[in-house]
Amino acid sequence: MAGKDKKEKDLRFAKFGTVSFTATTKVNDFIDHLEKGQVTGTKCNKCGMVFFPPRADCYQCLSSDMSWFPVSGTGKLVTYSQLMYAPVGFNEDLPYAIAVLDYGDYKVFGRIGNVPLTEVQIGMELKTEVNKLPNGQLNYVFNRP
Amino acid sequence: MGRVAIIGVGQSAFSRGYPGSIRELCFEAYKEAMTDAKAQNKDIGASVICSSPEYDKQRSPAGVMAEYLGLTPQPTFYAETLCSSSSTGLKLAYSLVKSGLHQSVLVLGFQKMSEISSAESQERMGRGADIQWESPFGTMMPAYYAMYARAYLTHYGVTEEDLALIRVKAATYGPLNEKAGFKKAVDLQTCLSADPVASPLKVYDCCANADGASCFIVANEQVVKDLGIAKPIWVLGVGAASAPVNMAGRDLFTGLKVAQLASQEAYKMAGVSAKQINVAEVHDCFTIAEMMAYENLGFAEPGQGKELIRAKATYKEGHIPVNVDGGLLSKGHPIGATGGSQIRTIVLQLRGEAGPMQVKDPQIGLVHNIGGVGLYGNVSILGR
Repeated sequence: MAGKDKKEKDLRFAKFGTVSFTATTKVNDFIDHLEKGQVTGTKCNKCGMVFFPPRADCYQCLSSDMSWFPVSGTGKLVTYSQLMYAPVGFNEDLPYAIAVLDYGDYKVFGRIGNVPLTEVQIGMELKTEVNKLPNGQLNYVFNRP
Repeated sequence: MGRVAIIGVGQSAFSRGYPGSIRELCFEAYKEAMTDAKAQNKDIGASVICSSPEYDKQRSPAGVMAEYLGLTPQPTFYAETLCSSSSTGLKLAYSLVKSGLHQSVLVLGFQKMSEISSAESQERMGRGADIQWESPFGTMMPAYYAMYARAYLTHYGVTEEDLALIRVKAATYGPLNEKAGFKKAVDLQTCLSADPVASPLKVYDCCANADGASCFIVANEQVVKDLGIAKPIWVLGVGAASAPVNMAGRDLFTGLKVAQLASQEAYKMAGVSAKQINVAEVHDCFTIAEMMAYENLGFAEPGQGKELIRAKATYKEGHIPVNVDGGLLSKGHPIGATGGSQIRTIVLQLRGEAGPMQVKDPQIGLVHNIGGVGLYGNVSILGR
């Protein structure tokens, strides 16, 4: 019997995005937060450095003592692009737009949600929301507040 | 501590579907560079092999290539910075020669992209970014550069037509380059009416995958003398920089910070300014990339790159000819081979041996070679 006495692997990150390319990370709790409807980053408890995407380790003070914080409020749209052609594994999602939101202390890279592309403008305020994909996977998208 | 020269250059034709193995592809560029330098394998102190993984199955290609090229038992190293791997090879080779560790170092870049499909290739290239936090959203190189294009066009009021003018220039020179993979003329209307790939970039804003190899030999003054090199081209400056891989870590979307930093370092090392560059090869993987390069290299002020292309200042007869070998847009972009191909073009230009692509009497040339989406920046300055 395989694995009975082995420690079970924490593969939660495999749930991130249409296709995830890694399953294990020290910030796997990010997935639990998504399940609960929250997008989160990390903040260094020692020096206060704020990270999105979340990190387990602070490159500024070398501490690995981190707290989670929710990505809340709105960010300004920095830029975006709509894809008409997708890499292997993402064809079903087409067309979709990737974008960057600026929250001031940090930026967030993700997809544009239900805002029609004709209404999308650089500089507009958008919020980051958890999104459940048709294949059961989780990601987050940018929507109107 | 003497000067460091490039004494031989070579390149395979860039093509779709090379009918041979990666080692045979490499041999084509190697043979040309060795013949050019009139060198024998005993004249080479070490080799740096450059490519980007997962297009072919070979792991650790350095040893495989060194053996096939007859460069064993000399030491061989592998260099990888995605699309700028062979410019990184130049910086490493320069360091090895300048330090006195080796008298001569051969740099060979290659990529055989046709072993996988175009969609698979996009997936691989997308993974040349942040696979944990970005790839799961379905990223690919055209879309990343398209984000820069969207920000740039919006911020500076530049048009998609301005970008298309860059492709028209590239298509002007493709037919003059016997090694280019794409020699068809492309007019402005064709560019503008082409299918979108990732808005605002359309099909002709994007370079194409290719198979190819490039090679150059870096040596000290003693070797230049011993081999009787008639026209050594001196390495005057080698600048390089890196940036946060995740777009969320970037603070500039209207230019590439790595190109700004690498060029500043290279200019300082060479003791020259942007105004003294007579001919340049820039990394035009997408039209927007060339537009931003004009500004990041100091050929134009931020937002003014469009004036250079509108006035044809970057054509062969202009005051700063750029990519008059057709660039990546006309040559094709075999990742690991691209930097070496750009270096070859500038070496030929400075020697006065660029044939129909030759610009008038250049003294100083520049190579701008970017890895990933502005993840790695490399700027090299060469002189007669």
